[in-house]
Amino acid sequence: MNLSKDPLNLIIAGVGGQGNVMASQLIGRALVRESYYVTIGDTYGASQRGGAVMSHLRISQDSQFSPLIPEGQADLIVALEPVEALRVIAQYGNPSTSAVINSRPIYPTAVTVGEAQYPSLDKIKETIHELARKSWFVDATEIALSLGAPIFTNIIMVGAVAGTGLLPLGRKTYEEVIHESFPGAHLEVNLKAFAKGVELIH
Amino acid sequence: MSVIKKNAPGSNELLMGNEAIARGALEAGVQFAAAYPGNPSSEIIGTLSQVAKEMGIYVEWSVNEKVALEAAASASFAGLRSMSAMKQNGVNVASDFILNLNLSGVGTGGLVLVAADDPAALSSTNEEDSRFISKLGDLPLLEPATFQEAKDMAKWAFDLSESINSLVIVRSVSRISHARGNVILGELPQEKKTARYDTSKIFIPVAAPLRHLALHLKLKKVQETYETSPFNWYVGPEKPELLMVTSGSGWFYSQEAVRTLSLQDRVGILKIGTAWPLPSKLLAKHMANAKRVLFVEEVDPFLENNVKELAAEWSPEIGSWTFYGKSSGHVHPFGEINPDLIINAVSKVMDKPYAPREANYGKKALEMTKSLVPHRDLGFCAGCPHRATFWAIKNALKLDGRGGFVTGDIGCYSIGLGPAGFYQLKTMHAMGSGTGLATGFGQLKQFGFNQPVLSVCGDSTFFHAAIPALINGVYNQSNFVMVVLDNSATAMTGFQPHAGTGETATGSPAPVVDIGKLCSSMGVRVETCDPFDLQGTTEKVLDLVNQEGGVRVLISRRKCALVKAKGEKAAYKVHVDPEKCKGEACGCARLCTRIFKCPGLIWNLEKGKSEVDEVICTGCGVCTDICPQSAIIREENR
Repeated sequence: MNLSKDPLNLIIAGVGGQGNVMASQLIGRALVRESYYVTIGDTYGASQRGGAVMSHLRISQDSQFSPLIPEGQADLIVALEPVEALRVIAQYGNPSTSAVINSRPIYPTAVTVGEAQYPSLDKIKETIHELARKSWFVDATEIALSLGAPIFTNIIMVGAVAGTGLLPLGRKTYEEVIHESFPGAHLEVNLKAFAKGVELIH
Repeated sequence: MSVIKKNAPGSNELLMGNEAIARGALEAGVQFAAAYPGNPSSEIIGTLSQVAKEMGIYVEWSVNEKVALEAAASASFAGLRSMSAMKQNGVNVASDFILNLNLSGVGTGGLVLVAADDPAALSSTNEEDSRFISKLGDLPLLEPATFQEAKDMAKWAFDLSESINSLVIVRSVSRISHARGNVILGELPQEKKTARYDTSKIFIPVAAPLRHLALHLKLKKVQETYETSPFNWYVGPEKPELLMVTSGSGWFYSQEAVRTLSLQDRVGILKIGTAWPLPSKLLAKHMANAKRVLFVEEVDPFLENNVKELAAEWSPEIGSWTFYGKSSGHVHPFGEINPDLIINAVSKVMDKPYAPREANYGKKALEMTKSLVPHRDLGFCAGCPHRATFWAIKNALKLDGRGGFVTGDIGCYSIGLGPAGFYQLKTMHAMGSGTGLATGFGQLKQFGFNQPVLSVCGDSTFFHAAIPALINGVYNQSNFVMVVLDNSATAMTGFQPHAGTGETATGSPAPVVDIGKLCSSMGVRVETCDPFDLQGTTEKVLDLVNQEGGVRVLISRRKCALVKAKGEKAAYKVHVDPEKCKGEACGCARLCTRIFKCPGLIWNLEKGKSEVDEVICTGCGVCTDICPQSAIIREENR
């Protein structure tokens, strides 16, 4: 499949601990399987302790790009947490940006302490609709809980990305990579999580 | 399945820069690797440790970086290819050994040190450029610019080391080490060397001036090799209007800047992978074709100043130049560089305007989101024992009332500097510095000083560098309490085992070095507590603080919540009883959500009550003990 743009830039945003790195690796490995150049820049370090984290994926047919996406150059934003979608679109969005967003909030301590307010989901949706070309809000955490643990949220979101068809990858390639990454007992539930994610978009 | 050990030459894989370095070392036939974890370097040795047994190599987590490099050097002296990897601070720790090893030379087995710098201190306390150790120690330096090069350079570095019997340094940065990209695998060698020390050889720096001279001759030889190295390349027109000279991740950003601004016909990029000694003839050849030169590199102007030094020697025969870079202000000389910064630098120098996106959209996006996006402070994870320990320390020092304070150290608990640790830490420097500082504070009584002093350090930090400070305190009879925050892991860097965990880097059982017994053997009073017992811990801290004179040690022991979550189920199911929680009317000032600040506790604004977020809560049950209404209920998880 050809890229709609070269490089194609994807950002996965979330909060430390939500499994950004696993999600970015799955997508990255699927793309390398299809012979693309892929560069991933993940947030490492102290931010992993409850901070805002991002994974930048740069996908190209002809060269290896840097692991950082320049301002305003995101083509697709995948947010594991709703305000993280806003944080990222503010810096990296443009009128053609699409977004897939998990609607379950993780409250920053500033909010629980009472120093800051968390916006309503309606307000977040309204803002994203205004700034993104296309957007999907999905209840990935709820589905993850129904599968047994919140940690499946990231795989469900990878499924949702597959469902959008915005990346040059067939469903089979994702599934092959999931097979490779989760050998043994964890495979089935992860494949199920992925499939549930795909369904969220269709 | 680990691709690191895949013997499939030509296979195209997605590897983290650190994995690529590890793979390069394996392709070179490395047999011995030792390191102390520190980001962004940790996954190099971490990756090797996972395949060590199967591939018949030796890998260890050493007690600190100096010992790691010493251990690796001994394998080199015995004829094996060996390596060490460390973050910039580690290079500082190892520098005394490095600056003797340069003179003694290495053995017949190549020895490679990977120094991984952390521009912008993403996972560090400081920012520094460890390339200077190469210049300082007359040691060859390589700087990978891509993931492929990270592998290829790590491999070739062993050949280079053996060709001149010298330590070789490979310098990476976070955006190479911790990023991922395509790597084409090479072949894995099958043969293993036998280790033997040739007793006719000595490794000493003695006759230092002569050895120093010999080192300079080695570097001359390296420079000749570097002139034709495939790690240096040029792309662009024959006579560029602007020549960009770059190294490391600067290559990515330079390439992107030229492409984004469509300047391929006017701007050339000379990418230097052999960063010390510089390939002088190669640089002169390309600089003769340009009048303007822009330097793009991470952290300090290392290339920039060294090239300028060469240019001063070439001028006026080859020409004169206008230089742009860190000294001109086009690239800032601190923090991290990125594509935007370099696109803007080239845009300015070439007078070619650049707008990242439609100006109206950018303005609208920032305005619409500004008031909606709350800041995320770093905090301790839900169920983290450090929060509980700092809570107890805070309360004990308040009860004591003499203005006691805590000297901090390096680890997850450094977050104790901020709101998550109730602002308890007042200092933070190098590994072990908290206790070193405490030994000094503890000597100030004769100058009227009467405040209690506590130092904190983690279990891994204790072994790394706090022991000498503790001994100093004992010997000189300093007055302070050392609190060892023993969470049974090197948590901040990825949960690597250490001397106190009973496990080696490769997962074999190991003797446990008992921190308590070690301290007791020095004759100091040692107490142990479970930080989740908030009252008991507070009382112990208070008691230790009140015992004036000499060093006292408190070991606050609880397994890291993240380590625990990997192997055990939650101890409790926790919820808030909405009948009992009085909310703002309680008078507790929302102790749980506003002050204790575990991310698993949230405040329901509409109901005016606290709640437990089931997605975040790890079930430690500690918050049950802080609620004055006993509204937080914990039920044993069966």
